[in-house]
Amino acid sequence: MVELKNRAGGMGEVAEVAGPYEVAPFGTALAELGKTMPHIVGVTADMGRYSDILPFRDAFPDRFFNVGMAEQDAIMVAAGLAKVGHVAFVATYSVFLTRRALDFMAIACAHSKADVKVMGGSPGLVNPYGGTHQALEDLAVMRMIPDVTVIDPCDATELKQVVKAAAETPGTFYIRNIRGKVPVTLDDSYRFEIGKSRVLREGTDVGIVSTGFMTARALEAADRAAEAGVSVGVLHVPTIKPFDTEGLLEFASRYPRLVTAENHLRAGGLGTLVVETLFDAQETRPVIRIGLRDRFHPCGSQDYLDRMFGLDTDSITEALVADRWDH
Amino acid sequence: MTDTTTRPSVSELTEIAHRLRRRMMRMAADKGEGYIAQGLGIADMLAAVYWSELQFDAERLDDPDRDRFLLSTGHYSIALYAVLAELGVLTDEETATYALNGSDLPMSAFDETPGVEITSGSLGHGLGQGVGMALGLRLKGSPATVYVELSDGELQEGSTWESAMAASSFALDGLWALVDCNGIQADGPMVMDIESVAVKWSAFGWSVEEVNGNDMAEIVAAFAALRDKPGPKAIILRTTPGWGVPTIVARDRAHFVRVHEDEWTKLLAELEENHG
Repeated sequence: MVELKNRAGGMGEVAEVAGPYEVAPFGTALAELGKTMPHIVGVTADMGRYSDILPFRDAFPDRFFNVGMAEQDAIMVAAGLAKVGHVAFVATYSVFLTRRALDFMAIACAHSKADVKVMGGSPGLVNPYGGTHQALEDLAVMRMIPDVTVIDPCDATELKQVVKAAAETPGTFYIRNIRGKVPVTLDDSYRFEIGKSRVLREGTDVGIVSTGFMTARALEAADRAAEAGVSVGVLHVPTIKPFDTEGLLEFASRYPRLVTAENHLRAGGLGTLVVETLFDAQETRPVIRIGLRDRFHPCGSQDYLDRMFGLDTDSITEALVADRWDH
Repeated sequence: MTDTTTRPSVSELTEIAHRLRRRMMRMAADKGEGYIAQGLGIADMLAAVYWSELQFDAERLDDPDRDRFLLSTGHYSIALYAVLAELGVLTDEETATYALNGSDLPMSAFDETPGVEITSGSLGHGLGQGVGMALGLRLKGSPATVYVELSDGELQEGSTWESAMAASSFALDGLWALVDCNGIQADGPMVMDIESVAVKWSAFGWSVEEVNGNDMAEIVAAFAALRDKPGPKAIILRTTPGWGVPTIVARDRAHFVRVHEDEWTKLLAELEENHG
């Protein structure tokens, strides 16, 4: 059914932001880091404008390279820059990197543990252009490559900290990059640490394990569930790899039931990791995995797609309060 | 390695190329198989690059200002190991383990091996990394030059042309492509026509020389003709797979050579006779 009042989400930014936000947190953070880390360089493949890297280009034009519409070359060039002593941030759309340039990320970057930080823009269901532009399997694909650190930040506060941590930590990173007006959900006291999950809320009935911006929705859903008499805890897992097995098991031990939430396929990402981890530890319990089904998705604004495919706060709330656990 | 004021003579380089071929043949004999035809084919180019062009100290492999040689065709590793052994970076004991289980000298090159700059083997990965290195070295004000070997088969990889385009667009004076055109690929003679090779590189904005890649005088002359040209430079080397060992040259299927144990003695003898 066509929604006649559909407001498009533009070029892959979060379409509408209620509440506080920051503009271009990735590029702003990188430009700031560039002042004290002269070996940081930036690479894009004709997506400078749409990957938020332009603040870095404007600050350091000599350290910025646009290779044109050539994602394979973007990754190779970044690998070459890294191998002569630079830290190379590559920013374009996630879908073009993780599908088209995968071999180059695996061999030119990860196999050599090269200091290449891949910023996957417009990840998951964010992009309004449909299946051609939506990277729904990027976390699954990237976590299968050895020696890649995989991170899905929650908001602008965390994204900036992730960029800094990646710049200061050797090795190949894949980071989901939300661009444009990026919501601020976490407060200033939040501290990101590679490989660590964070308990953002304690509860007693259900535990939500979430990653990326789904954590913001998980917190909202927890509030709504509380109104319905369900006490919900929230564990935020920004680092998909290396996975915080200990943090998950400790959190899970306090809840009889879990819900996972991710802006990604239900297969291969956070939900799969949680189930694998619980199974391996023989700590199985009921788990509902909120995520996307095995299909290509249509065009549409982000709020429309979220509603249609169950990533919105209502869908999480329903999973928390509905009596679906017997199934 | 090279003192540019006293480059070796053509005959000295030819002698070095012969020693490289001898080392490759021994490695292949120990393993019983290998990509020996390609190795023998580029021995002359390697001798010219490493002993007449490349500036680096074999005892300081991590010198940030070293010239770099990138072997984009990972399966030619046998040729690079021969060079590294001749330079003293690898020992004879190490080269004797070529492609054996547990060896540090795999059939397709990894950058964990001392002196090997990139992991290659998935083809079309070398030139782009060369572009990145040349950009990065220029940014740091380093005088170092980057030489990338690649093959005619690799010209079928689209990524190679993405990188060729970038090299001239970024006006990389410090980047060379050494294109080994030996006319064979895994499925036999070129299964997809990639000619005219020199015209293509030229159209992508490179300065180009085309030579007989098994004629040392022509190779040396090509380096001299291009050295002072601005932008990226390419030498198209027409080589004969197996050059130096007539029996291997005569093979129909030279892409991957497997030889019975007692035949190697004969082939090694051929190499020496042919050189004499």
